Amino acid sequence: MSTSTRPYADIPAARQQPHLVTLNAVGNAGLAAVFLLLALWIAIPSVFTSYDPLSGISAEKLLAPSLSHPFGTDYLGRDLFARVVYGTPLTLLAACVAVPIGMVFGSVLGLLAAGLGGVTETIIMRFVDILLAIPGFLLALSLVAAFGPSVVTLGVAIGISTIAPFARLTRSEVLRVSQLDFVEAAYLSGHGRLHILFHEILPNALGPVLAMIAIEVSQAILIVSALAFLGYGNPPPSPEWGMLIAEGRKYLATAWWITTFPGLVLIVAVLAFAALSKKLQAFGRL
Amino acid sequence: MKAAHQGRRAIVYLGRELAQAASVLLGAYTVSFVAIHLLPSDPITNFLVDNGMALDPDTIAKMKLYYGFDRSAYEQFFTQLWGIVHGNLGYALSTGRPVLQDLSDVLPSTLRLAGASLVLTLLLTFSIVTTASLTNIKWLNRTVYALPPLFSAIPTFWLGMVLLQVLSFRWRVLSLFPDGSWMSLLAPAFVLSVHLSAPLSQVMLKSVDAAWQQPFVNAIRAKGASRSWVYFRHSLKYAAGNGITVLGLLVGGLLAGAVVTETVFSRLGVGRILQDAVANQDIALVQAFVLIIAALYVVVNFAVDLLYPLLDPRIVMDRDQPTEAGMI
Repeated sequence: MSTSTRPYADIPAARQQPHLVTLNAVGNAGLAAVFLLLALWIAIPSVFTSYDPLSGISAEKLLAPSLSHPFGTDYLGRDLFARVVYGTPLTLLAACVAVPIGMVFGSVLGLLAAGLGGVTETIIMRFVDILLAIPGFLLALSLVAAFGPSVVTLGVAIGISTIAPFARLTRSEVLRVSQLDFVEAAYLSGHGRLHILFHEILPNALGPVLAMIAIEVSQAILIVSALAFLGYGNPPPSPEWGMLIAEGRKYLATAWWITTFPGLVLIVAVLAFAALSKKLQAFGRL
Repeated sequence: MKAAHQGRRAIVYLGRELAQAASVLLGAYTVSFVAIHLLPSDPITNFLVDNGMALDPDTIAKMKLYYGFDRSAYEQFFTQLWGIVHGNLGYALSTGRPVLQDLSDVLPSTLRLAGASLVLTLLLTFSIVTTASLTNIKWLNRTVYALPPLFSAIPTFWLGMVLLQVLSFRWRVLSLFPDGSWMSLLAPAFVLSVHLSAPLSQVMLKSVDAAWQQPFVNAIRAKGASRSWVYFRHSLKYAAGNGITVLGLLVGGLLAGAVVTETVFSRLGVGRILQDAVANQDIALVQAFVLIIAALYVVVNFAVDLLYPLLDPRIVMDRDQPTEAGMI
């Protein structure tokens, strides 16, 4: 392909337009705030809400959002905000199981393919093609059919399906870096092939791979919540975000808040990871 | 002389692509077969227990015979492969019917949804890219550029439920259950297309931008062509190759998304069958579906690879360059 020389090769807007730098600073602060909030929701959820995420007060069921229940309550009178806060680790846990699996196996495969070349490369890349042909969503369904629903099963399945993009990216990055002058210099100064692969090429090829982690986390969050929505996450009353949205399905006519608010939180989390990926890409190219 | 050389190169290219597509399919089958056989659970026992039937050894033996589980793994591998090559994907455990029959009952509904959302995806992408390329209004331009990242962050099922709530309960223009009306197809198709148009328009925006940097654009502009002329006649064509690559990669996402959307909008389709299969631990059916999708993916991307040299004559029929589209 002639158009794209390397992935994510767009120039950050801030470098073209100086007046956007201030906007960027605000954006950075907002991004940091979102991640801090998510981290705190995981670490000390009880600070943010005094309600119990699992047991409700039946007299207070299906209450609209108010000051005491910012996100309203669900059909059992449970505070929805508390459920969203306590659900954070579940959703992020699956994503954090998934992405390291994909990254470790994927980048090792990509590195081996690019570094060894020949038959090894062909075999590895054909294997990657096979993985690419099986959508992560369906792989997750097969694993759920075999092992029963749980958030960790989903994480493992999505992890396996993210091996392919990581392998392809690592391979193309390693190939790109191998062409650079300093690699030739390293050969000339008498270093061995493996030494150069691991000490010279790999560190310089990892930048885009790291940026990909963030974008893959954001995608993993989406797939996990979609599968949890279908009922393949942890069984109720576990407050996984996708499950929370699913619980609002019966009350669409009367209680719009049950679906709306968890969804908005989910979108903000996904956007935050996507934005982080953009920042990492820009940072890697400075 | 030159034509003959070109023709031979095209045949070699075609042959290599075909061999690769076949090897990926065989690989997908092997992986799924090995995965099933590595599983600790026995599907038949599971099935009987789940349906509250007695674990009668006689029944188990009969069922194993029927589904071919009594033979050696080696034998099963080739019998199943032979069956698949002849269009027999095995039998669904829960219904006892051929998998293909179970799926073909509901496939038209899912394909209608997928087709409609594909059309909407193209329309949505086209409007986004065209607006971004041709407008000089600053806020509009910035908004349009922000849309694809936002679209890719919106969960399909959430958008579907919000839309269902607004259309069915607020405006009352959509029945809660599909009634065959245009609206009941358009609403889920739109939800799906929002998600699908995100990667497509991101790549198209980037490629159209790259097209503006090309020297040939300067030449055409110097001859007096307008921005919109260059955009419609040249930039779009320049970017189309990348767009088609992304479309090919979206096949899996399209069908997975269709499953979720069908559930949200209570449509009867492949999604329902698949979910029942997962609930019944009917791995044969799930696996058949995975194979079908993988096959579809391979066929579509095979077609994309063939289209490529036709679309962009500068591409020599050579696959040594890795495609970057996999990293989007």
